[in-house]
Amino acid sequence: MKNIVYFLIASFLFFGCKTEQKPSNKSEVKKAVIASNVKIKSYNYDGLKPLLHINDDKVYVVNFWATWCAPCVKELPAFEKIKSDFATKNVEVLLVSLDFPKQVDKRLIPFIEKNEIQSKVVLLDDTNEQRWISEIDKDWSGSLPATLIYSKNKRKFYEQSFDYKTLENEVNTFLN
Amino acid sequence: MKTLKILSAILVIAIITAFTINNTTSKGYKVGDYADDFSLKNIDNKMVSMADYKDAKGFIVIFTCNQCPYSKMYENRIIALDNKFKSKGYPVIAINPNDPAASLGDDFASMQQRAEIKGFTFPYLFDEGQKVYPKYGATKTPHVYLLNKDSEGLKVAYIGTIDNNARNEEKVSVSYVEDAVNALLTGGEIKNTNTKAIGCSIKTL
Repeated sequence: MKNIVYFLIASFLFFGCKTEQKPSNKSEVKKAVIASNVKIKSYNYDGLKPLLHINDDKVYVVNFWATWCAPCVKELPAFEKIKSDFATKNVEVLLVSLDFPKQVDKRLIPFIEKNEIQSKVVLLDDTNEQRWISEIDKDWSGSLPATLIYSKNKRKFYEQSFDYKTLENEVNTFLN
Repeated sequence: MKTLKILSAILVIAIITAFTINNTTSKGYKVGDYADDFSLKNIDNKMVSMADYKDAKGFIVIFTCNQCPYSKMYENRIIALDNKFKSKGYPVIAINPNDPAASLGDDFASMQQRAEIKGFTFPYLFDEGQKVYPKYGATKTPHVYLLNKDSEGLKVAYIGTIDNNARNEEKVSVSYVEDAVNALLTGGEIKNTNTKAIGCSIKTL
């Protein structure tokens, strides 16, 4: 019981400090986007796979989404906020888009520019869904949105939508 | 100390809630289970149940909707499935599981319009109150449940996607649903009873 209380105190302290860093972070990254043109790297599953298995000291939050998926678009700000709030805590966000290759220039890139998306975005272009959906997680039905969070010793898959608080709680379980 | 207790309780509740959300996806029918019938309103305003089809040997039940691009890519193929297998005893029944309050363009009038434009040859039912899809365990659109009638009821024979290439019909190399229905018709074994594909999550409030 005592341990739990200490953990809770620690969590609260944690939540407490974090918010203060947000504004400065955000303005820094914003500048970067204005200066650069958005380019999207396209992978088949074999190409993407190493990005889902990076064995270092970071926590990776990988969100599977598409511009045509309304709940995905709705939850993107939560992932963006994780990226900025946890920037100093070794947490990285990767947005894996399942937009159709034909729509990358017409829809995906304009979307990223308009919404000033800061997280890294890549395209997964691989029609062998039967193979890679199960490989990413055996229980994933293929429904979007979906999220994978992993570190070198923990891995969890979420076939659900997130709000910021729920996502933050999950990310924190990887940091302790 | 008292505030700490309260705060702890709040955090514990938050954590528990976070975990329970994750567990809701794995429910529903598995291959081999018996599926319940339903009574849902069709786009012609008449109620449809599987029990109405006395001569059917089974059903290709497809959860699909108006606005999901994956559903749209499959509309013509769903019509083709119905044309091919209705006369052989396995008609298509399409069900829209989305709550129109949570999904723009999935209201009943829009369903009627979509069916009219595409010339649906099968019932397109509205899952009033979104009660049928959770029973089946559908998680996305499109999501197929192939049911086969036997002496005990409607047995789930196949769950999954229609074929192995949503984006490009010409590049389809395995037609899962077609193969499964053909196996039922010839008394053969269904090779793939569970398949996966990307789809749109089912929208509820």
